[in-house]
Amino acid sequence: MEQAAAPNLDLTEAYRASNVGPILDKLDRELVGLAPVKTRIREIAHLLLIDKLRASVGLANEPPPLHMSFTGHPGTGKTTVAMRMAEVLHRLGYIRKGHLVVATRDDLVGQYIGHTAPKTRDVLKRAMGGVLFIDEAYYLYKPENERDYGGEAIEILLQVMENQREDLVVIFAGYKDRMDTFFTSNPGLSSRVANHIDFPDYTHDELLAIAQLMLDHLNYELTPDGKIAFSEYIDLRMKQPHFANGRSVRNAIDRARLRQATRLFERGGTVTPAELKAIDASDFRRSRVFASGEQS
Amino acid sequence: MKLTQGTFSYLPDLTDEQIAKQVQYALDNNWPISIEYTDDPHPRNAYWEMYGLPMFDLKDAVAVMADVRKAIAEHPDEYVKVNAYDARRGRQTTALSFIVHRPAYEPGFRLERTTDKDRQIKYRIHSYAADKPQGERYK
Repeated sequence: MEQAAAPNLDLTEAYRASNVGPILDKLDRELVGLAPVKTRIREIAHLLLIDKLRASVGLANEPPPLHMSFTGHPGTGKTTVAMRMAEVLHRLGYIRKGHLVVATRDDLVGQYIGHTAPKTRDVLKRAMGGVLFIDEAYYLYKPENERDYGGEAIEILLQVMENQREDLVVIFAGYKDRMDTFFTSNPGLSSRVANHIDFPDYTHDELLAIAQLMLDHLNYELTPDGKIAFSEYIDLRMKQPHFANGRSVRNAIDRARLRQATRLFERGGTVTPAELKAIDASDFRRSRVFASGEQS
Repeated sequence: MKLTQGTFSYLPDLTDEQIAKQVQYALDNNWPISIEYTDDPHPRNAYWEMYGLPMFDLKDAVAVMADVRKAIAEHPDEYVKVNAYDARRGRQTTALSFIVHRPAYEPGFRLERTTDKDRQIKYRIHSYAADKPQGERYK
């Protein structure tokens, strides 16, 4: 009744008080590219905040549907965004704890009759108050094997997603095409997942920017030659099979660090701090990726 | 006679909400929770039956409360308690343990005195309920 007397709510103030801004900014800063994803996350955050405000002045509405699906190729930042999403939901008060539990088929589905339900429940229990992130969710459903226990796990998931909406949020993740088939063959699931977010692949320049962020973080520097070599490396690697976007960049850098260490050791003698920091062209050129004709 | 064992036992029985808050406190301290029940609550009976396995890696009390309610529903005529174990090095013991459910009627215990050698008095506590076989007590 008091609210009726003072119906004006300060949106900026509410946004500041929710402390969501810093997380969204962090998302912008730490994740290169992914513009559509960031926009969607911002939109969801705004909707949730407005819903809170509406509820506070007594405008009746249903709790917003929060279960999500993240689709995209490996290494496009799905898990990282899920972690930020958990923080956003926590700050806005939609989940109580804000932790992320990552699960795959192995964690949910049992190996014999009666094994699946306790296993799934156990994972759900751990995720209570937070976000359950199911990676490669389509493996839960194997239509070719009618004796597969995955269906049981999906059923329990559905039940909890429907009845305990205030207790946990479920995010399904995986490749786009396979997720689409997964959702079409499980209509019950599809109708309960409201937000579908697609993660685009990184472009060449974005991958370079990611590498730069990682190197800054690790206190390494590319020499001018190293930069050219790395750029060529990315070009070649992108054409190869099993390219995993951000993860491939991370692996490339890790291997370059290894080669740099070996290179310094083989040379022997004294090293300067600058040399310890520098990753040279040769550290990349010795990679298998440059060996022409050879795959893998 | 109201059984007084564990934490909060001199307080009125805890409500579900109060239990959830205590459980949340334990979880916030990283103490895994386990649920136990018995119909032989002798003070020296340290071995109550386990209800399910101890619950590790939980963050939210909702998960525990579902099991607490189930344990009570399955054992309405027995004592049910919640234990929180502190696994930290140097402590490694039950940090919190409290009764969350008790039978409707508690007949209590009888104190027996026996004269021993050299007219020493030996004391013995005897549960009235334990006169009946297991499973038929507190009904």
